[in-house]
Amino acid sequence: MDFRYSEEQLALQDTLQRFISRDYDFAHRRALVGSPLGFSAEAWARYAELGLLALPFPEEFGGLGGTGVDVMAVMEQVGQGLLLEPYVSTVVLCGGLIRDAASESIKQSILPRVAAGQLQMALAAYEAAGRYDLAHVACAAVEAGGGWVLSGRKAVVLDAPSANYFLVSARSAGQVGDTEGISLFLVARDAPGVTTLPYPTQSGGRAADLQLTDVSPEALIGVPGRALGIIERAVDSAIAALCAEALGIVTALNQATLNYLKTRKQFGVAIGAFQALQHRMAEMIIAAEQTRSMAIIAAVHVDLDDGAKRRRAISGAKAYVGQAGRFVGQQAVQLHGAMGVVDDLIVSHYFKRLTMIDMSLGDADFHLARFSDALGAEA
Amino acid sequence: MDLNYTPEEESFRAEVRAFLAAELPAEIRDKVNLGRRVRKDDMVRWQKILYRRGWGAGMWPKRFGGAGWSVVQQHIFDEEAAAAGAPPQLPFSLRMVAPVLMAYGNAAQQGYFLPRIISGEDWWCQGYSEPGSGSDLASLRTTAERRADHYVVSGQKTWNTLGQHADWIFCLVRTGSEGRPQLGISFLLIDMKTPGVSVRPIITVEGEHEINDIFFDNVKVPLENLVGEENKGWTYAKFLLGHERTNNAGIGNCKRSLKRLKKIAGTQMMNGRPLIEDPRFRDRIARVELELMALEITNLRVLSAEASESRAPGPEVSMLKIKGSEIIQQLAELQMHALGHDALPYIREALELDWSAPPLLAEHYPEFAPPLSGQYFNLRKTTIYAGSTEVQKNIIAKLILGL
Repeated sequence: MDFRYSEEQLALQDTLQRFISRDYDFAHRRALVGSPLGFSAEAWARYAELGLLALPFPEEFGGLGGTGVDVMAVMEQVGQGLLLEPYVSTVVLCGGLIRDAASESIKQSILPRVAAGQLQMALAAYEAAGRYDLAHVACAAVEAGGGWVLSGRKAVVLDAPSANYFLVSARSAGQVGDTEGISLFLVARDAPGVTTLPYPTQSGGRAADLQLTDVSPEALIGVPGRALGIIERAVDSAIAALCAEALGIVTALNQATLNYLKTRKQFGVAIGAFQALQHRMAEMIIAAEQTRSMAIIAAVHVDLDDGAKRRRAISGAKAYVGQAGRFVGQQAVQLHGAMGVVDDLIVSHYFKRLTMIDMSLGDADFHLARFSDALGAEA
Repeated sequence: MDLNYTPEEESFRAEVRAFLAAELPAEIRDKVNLGRRVRKDDMVRWQKILYRRGWGAGMWPKRFGGAGWSVVQQHIFDEEAAAAGAPPQLPFSLRMVAPVLMAYGNAAQQGYFLPRIISGEDWWCQGYSEPGSGSDLASLRTTAERRADHYVVSGQKTWNTLGQHADWIFCLVRTGSEGRPQLGISFLLIDMKTPGVSVRPIITVEGEHEINDIFFDNVKVPLENLVGEENKGWTYAKFLLGHERTNNAGIGNCKRSLKRLKKIAGTQMMNGRPLIEDPRFRDRIARVELELMALEITNLRVLSAEASESRAPGPEVSMLKIKGSEIIQQLAELQMHALGHDALPYIREALELDWSAPPLLAEHYPEFAPPLSGQYFNLRKTTIYAGSTEVQKNIIAKLILGL
């Protein structure tokens, strides 16, 4: 066993850390949140230079052949810096789907451009009333004249406003909720019949609702009717990435809170002198270590082909990290007192991002249910 | 032991309910029930309506224009008002400065300020916390220097709630530096229009303007605006905090929030069934409801004991504050969780009553959704303000347990 990052991974983290402290401070981030794009195009170009956008792709498509742990190393820094760029959507979710399921020609046309920072993508998988169920697909795919026609709606598509392409799940057979009969399509954002309704998100990002009216997709990705498995796998990878992002945030929040306990004086002493607060801080540090372990478990399982084993590890990690992040986020705010609830300090923004990580791609309850259902199946 | 309401109390409840049905403006009710922005005008309008009915201040004694309600009557009113969607009455006016004026103010102060408070004419805010003085309130440094016929006040107050609307602020100021820090504090009433007073907004986690910094730059305050005696303000401050914490149990508000949570969980779908049918989620609702059931009776027990012994709120109110704040936080958190990924959108204009979702959004984003994530974030304040949970536990340890 080896629980350390490699030299290369540490060097990459170091580079990102320097980039964040030099070019992506809190004031800069706030300006980006309020800007029309909502993130930094310059930062995106920088990620391309650093190879981050090529990380999980095979070398033959301009990639670096990286692993889940490489992505974890990056995402931990994304969390620390509260970076806003659509890395998970473009590289992990959609890039991963193209890598795992698309034809050679689609891979050739898409992945090098992703790696070069030239295009962005968003996964349109969730629908109204479906909650976190990826099989809740009503959006219709009909075969016609040698191609496909898509009609329907997709809800809260993260990072959709800036995406050049959407990967859209649509039902080519069966009923809403069936695991079979779901197909995946590559859709250009400017394709006729595509309309978007964009809005900001609670943690400074962007999302949109999608309306598809008789849309001709660019391509079918994978086997018709059999897309749920590949979508779940990509979502599992994204969940592992979110766990690593949460780890970065929890680590940063603990550091900020510890500094505050040492410097904030009340009753003539630093508030860190109070045992009640010392114990709370000790619990927060334990939660961070447990979060790191769970993020590692998630990262090493994303490349597993055994779907049941992978899902159990990923759902377990997401459920645990959701709870641990909730605890650390709430307590970091509490220990900062009123300073914890002001917009001017980064603490409240870390707290909001942790909360929204929990609410994304299945919350702690959803994943606890998946984990414990699998436990029932073992018996 | 009897947990039943008397026939008189039941008829009082019916009277309150009928009044609310007839008099609470629909627009205000909808804002409150849907969690939309409630503005100063709405709160003042409601206060004036209550005042006309003689209910401007239920628990105030009749000699000050109050309704002279019992603890149970006030509880019934709070419960019915919250259920009907009434906005809160301004606590800084009615439940904070007013009891201090009644107990420690002079006849002139009582005669001038109390009628203007109960009628909704004056809006009060609180000048307690300072940048270096939060939990350790007695370390405050805003000074009031006594001159011939006035004080000169200089300093900064922070975490001031809704002071952007205020006509008056009640302030703890330092008038002496001898002995323990508690000994040199005085309780001053300051007209917000006085030259040298300025208000700077603080935006909170959910993106709204609710709190402020207040700056005092050589502000002249007439000597007659001192409440009670100079350097005795700490006594009045603690008296006020007792009243504030009593209110913080917020039973009516919690009940309204629980009702809304059940409605949301009954509407949101999971696996083709209402979320409330999911045992995992339903148990979480049930656990909070149990806490609230217990707190409702604990609250009445504590307040009734105080009333029957004619004493000011004691350290027991710390229990009410701790539990009440935790419950309202848990209810807000569950409401947000009920939304699933519909908790993610942040649509500021959706907090106005006249906003309606575009058709595409409306399909999955119900009208109760827009405020819920922000409320969860915002309500983290409840275990921080008015004495943090940690401070309340210190009070219990020291004053109840003798540790």
